[in-house]
Amino acid sequence: MALSKQEIEYIAHLARLEIDQGEIPDYEAKLGKIIDFINDLEHADTADLLPMAHPLAMNQRLRADEVTETDERDYLQANASKISGGLYVVPRVIE
Amino acid sequence: MTRQRQTIAELSRLFQSGAVSSRELTEASLKRIAEHDSELNSFINVTQEEARVAADTADKLLASGKAGPLTGVPMAHKDIFCTRNITTTCGSRMLENFVSPYDATVVARLAEAGMVSVGKTNMDEFAMGSSNETSYFGAVKNPWDQERSPGGSSGGSAAAVAAGLVPMATGTDTGGSVRQPAALCGITGFKPTYGRISRFGMIAYASSLDQAGVLGLTAEDVALVMQAIAGFDARDSTCSAEPVPDYVAGLEASVSGKTIGVPKEYFEAGLDAGYAEAVHSALDVYQQMGADIREVSLPNLSLAVPAYYVVSPAEASSNLSRFDGIRFGHRAEGMTDLESLYKLTRKEGFGDEVKRRIMTGTYVLSAGYYDAYYLKAQKVRQLISNDMARCFEDVDILAGPTTPTPAFRIGEKVDDPIQMYLNDIYTVSVNLAGLPGVSIPCGLVDGLPAGLQLVGPHFAEQNVLNFAHLFQKETDWHLRVPGEGVS
Amino acid sequence: MQWETVIGLEIHAQLATHSKIFSGASTAYGAEPNTQACLVSLGYPGVLPVLNREVVVMAARFGMAIGANVSQRSVFARKNYFYPDLPKGYQISQLELPIVEGGHIDIVLEDGTEKRINLTRAHLEEDAGKSMHENMEGQTGIDLNRAGTPLLEIVSEPELSSAKEAVAYMRRIHQLVRYIGISDGNMQEGSFRCDANVSVRPVAQAELGTRAELKNLNSFRFIEKAINLEVERQIELIEDGGKVVQETRLYDSDRDETRSMRSKEEANDYRYFPDPDLLPVVLDDEFLQAARESLPELPQAKAQRFMSEYSLKAADVELLTAARATADYFEAVTAEIDDPKMAANWVSGELSAALNRDNLEIEVSKIDAASLAGLLKRIQDNTISGKIAKDVFAAMWEEGGDADSIIDSKGLKQITDTGALETIVDQVIADNPDQVEQFRAGKEKVLGFLVGQIMKASQGKANPGQVNQILRTKLST
Repeated sequence: MALSKQEIEYIAHLARLEIDQGEIPDYEAKLGKIIDFINDLEHADTADLLPMAHPLAMNQRLRADEVTETDERDYLQANASKISGGLYVVPRVIE
Repeated sequence: MTRQRQTIAELSRLFQSGAVSSRELTEASLKRIAEHDSELNSFINVTQEEARVAADTADKLLASGKAGPLTGVPMAHKDIFCTRNITTTCGSRMLENFVSPYDATVVARLAEAGMVSVGKTNMDEFAMGSSNETSYFGAVKNPWDQERSPGGSSGGSAAAVAAGLVPMATGTDTGGSVRQPAALCGITGFKPTYGRISRFGMIAYASSLDQAGVLGLTAEDVALVMQAIAGFDARDSTCSAEPVPDYVAGLEASVSGKTIGVPKEYFEAGLDAGYAEAVHSALDVYQQMGADIREVSLPNLSLAVPAYYVVSPAEASSNLSRFDGIRFGHRAEGMTDLESLYKLTRKEGFGDEVKRRIMTGTYVLSAGYYDAYYLKAQKVRQLISNDMARCFEDVDILAGPTTPTPAFRIGEKVDDPIQMYLNDIYTVSVNLAGLPGVSIPCGLVDGLPAGLQLVGPHFAEQNVLNFAHLFQKETDWHLRVPGEGVS
Repeated sequence: MQWETVIGLEIHAQLATHSKIFSGASTAYGAEPNTQACLVSLGYPGVLPVLNREVVVMAARFGMAIGANVSQRSVFARKNYFYPDLPKGYQISQLELPIVEGGHIDIVLEDGTEKRINLTRAHLEEDAGKSMHENMEGQTGIDLNRAGTPLLEIVSEPELSSAKEAVAYMRRIHQLVRYIGISDGNMQEGSFRCDANVSVRPVAQAELGTRAELKNLNSFRFIEKAINLEVERQIELIEDGGKVVQETRLYDSDRDETRSMRSKEEANDYRYFPDPDLLPVVLDDEFLQAARESLPELPQAKAQRFMSEYSLKAADVELLTAARATADYFEAVTAEIDDPKMAANWVSGELSAALNRDNLEIEVSKIDAASLAGLLKRIQDNTISGKIAKDVFAAMWEEGGDADSIIDSKGLKQITDTGALETIVDQVIADNPDQVEQFRAGKEKVLGFLVGQIMKASQGKANPGQVNQILRTKLST
């Protein structure tokens, strides 16, 4: 099943990936093959099965409500490209 | 090269006896890296200074009588494990300059045990690949034949161990990423039960499938390392609190009277004939030890790879959303609106295969497709898991080939994602079901290693390592080293 | 045409934990930007969420308080979208299996009748960070201190039919979350806020109209205004032949209007799926039992009990039970003095007035329950009069200190010595011959004047009962 150019652009937008027009044929071809490949799943008889989200039948563990973290702001912000007054800076967000 | 490859057990004995210092072992490892890695490209970052400091610490530990079985022995970490104050790239341009502010649990535990990390090994970008060709830092060469791929995604770790640069390296296995490169490089690669080792600090690819593993020369070495890294970690909700048994003590148990299940589907179309022969010979070895070999069936094997390639990209598409250029990692220059900042940062930071998987994962989760793909794949996952569980009602362990063919040529499959994905046909079911599995060398096909995969039920690590160890006592495939190509 | 309004509320209550929902970072309000943003809050590669027990206890407690089903198995899911205040690119929330399902709240309408509002669900999720635009030179700064703070999202059925009902419902929820100690309900700090889904339809039409979502309403006043504005807008729009579009609207309190948010060009496609980093939250009977035992007496039950146990009127009880801290304060006072009526009068009288004047919560009242009881005991044992007590209260409020030391140091102790009182009474009788005459002539009212004069002469310290008695005796002879 082929994906249309519009679908590819829509998915790329959802995933926030810039795609050049020139790259679209390659995505069409390769994603098309992948979709064909995973379409095999529709033949599986899974009528009585529940979806399996985890390999182990374990339950969530709960931690005590304690503050264990200390302020490491300056150290952690060394990894960020743009900082101002302790804030992470991005182009203006319009609401 | 032959003389150069020594196991952890051997090196530890030398170190403990005082015959050699950790500093000497470490310098030897660094020297081999310097001599051979410009060809192999198995390391992204060699941390000489940190290694020397750790080696000196290990020597002091020995002097003060506090050395354990791993102390002083050099090793390397796949560059997916976060290492404090050391660049952790995950094979990606996105994290080319990312300095982790913390240590992964695996890293911390091995450091605690006194092991000396000499650097970070190359890998497929974000562990997405089966050939190590998707690394931003270039493909890794297989020490057996430099025209060929070492497999992936832990290809750097596998190549480094096979070439004797380090006796052991860590890896991660989401669909076969420890076992497949171990098979293609002729070494031992072990992936424990999902939840046996903490995922804390291991950069996530597909969280419900990812599991840390060990690439080494022998099952015995794997057992030694597992002893140090397995077990509960409060920082990973999916990490099991199951007690950790004595893996080394379990190695020698007899397999006489035990049953090995051989899935007949593993030998159907796609498996290289010479490879099949190697696996059958390996099974004969077990038979001679008194094990009972029985044919079993995994009727839904053909669905495993499609299910895997829905579940893993879906989780990956979400896991990789955090790479947006804002708090860490690559950031596109000069963007004046938010949308462009996101899109250009991610376009520039991620390679083609990673983008393809993000796109696939986004697609299968998107409105209108979730049920047909993601939910269906989760049900197929249950189906495959049930098939495996049913096998373990009758047999102690499953055995078969690790991969359909020995190492393929670099560039051979890179343009055909499906051909590349099918390389995982024997390994992905094990991840879908969360089982422990190992690949051990079981023969040579046209001069290239073939791997025997052994798989046990949940938390049967001891059993799997026991089978692997006894095979290595009877055979010498694991002692075969790459030929003239490197040394 | 007659129109009917349909409103459903989604309330976000920040849970009053010490640490975040999935990490050990502090949730304290007002810290320097990003100083409470740990590796998990920042969504660093490789770090993982671990669920805070207290968050689960609190959600369970809420479910029990509204008579809902507390799910023994709930699941966290990822809601995927890109926004700079959302570090991971997804919010951990609950979709298919929320921790609380159903339940109801009774509200009191203006005419005094009760109306039952059903809840759809309440689920746990993490809060996002904050975007700052000031002094950023046209850019936006991101503070992730709030990222990962636990929220309980409380979703009502679309059963509210006016802005007033919506406010009454929200007040009830606000009271309840504070009562059961799961949220401080501080609306200024954003700990309690809501989104309102508003639609209109012709009366007697069965299907719902298209709704607009009003975002981030953070005061009771704004909620009422915003909903009323939105209802008017929708009715006008339809009557002018237009159509309501489903969209998100923002209430602008400065311009007093709602306006469409520059919505993302695509329909939201959140790609929810179960979070593989977290396992199903399974609550056993023991856990639920403990949560139930941690549930305090609820407002309505408490009001009932106050009426029967303390013989108080409904009107008195309303204020006393509005907040749990007030009720606790009242009960602590009455336990000491064994006079519910007096305790109630003082708590809802002097104390409330003083708290209001200084804009203080009762938890940080300048006079605690024990001190107030100490003061009231001095009225009971006739050390001071009720009137002097008010002065003592004011002194305690302003200057601190306990009642006894203030009474002592200011010499406010009531004069109960009969001899001393008789001297003052004699003096007043002598000074006011006319009034004495009038009284004797049968003008009873003059007695009040004379008592007043005596009290004044004693600087209020005379015991009024005693004064009355002595005066009558002297005047009748």
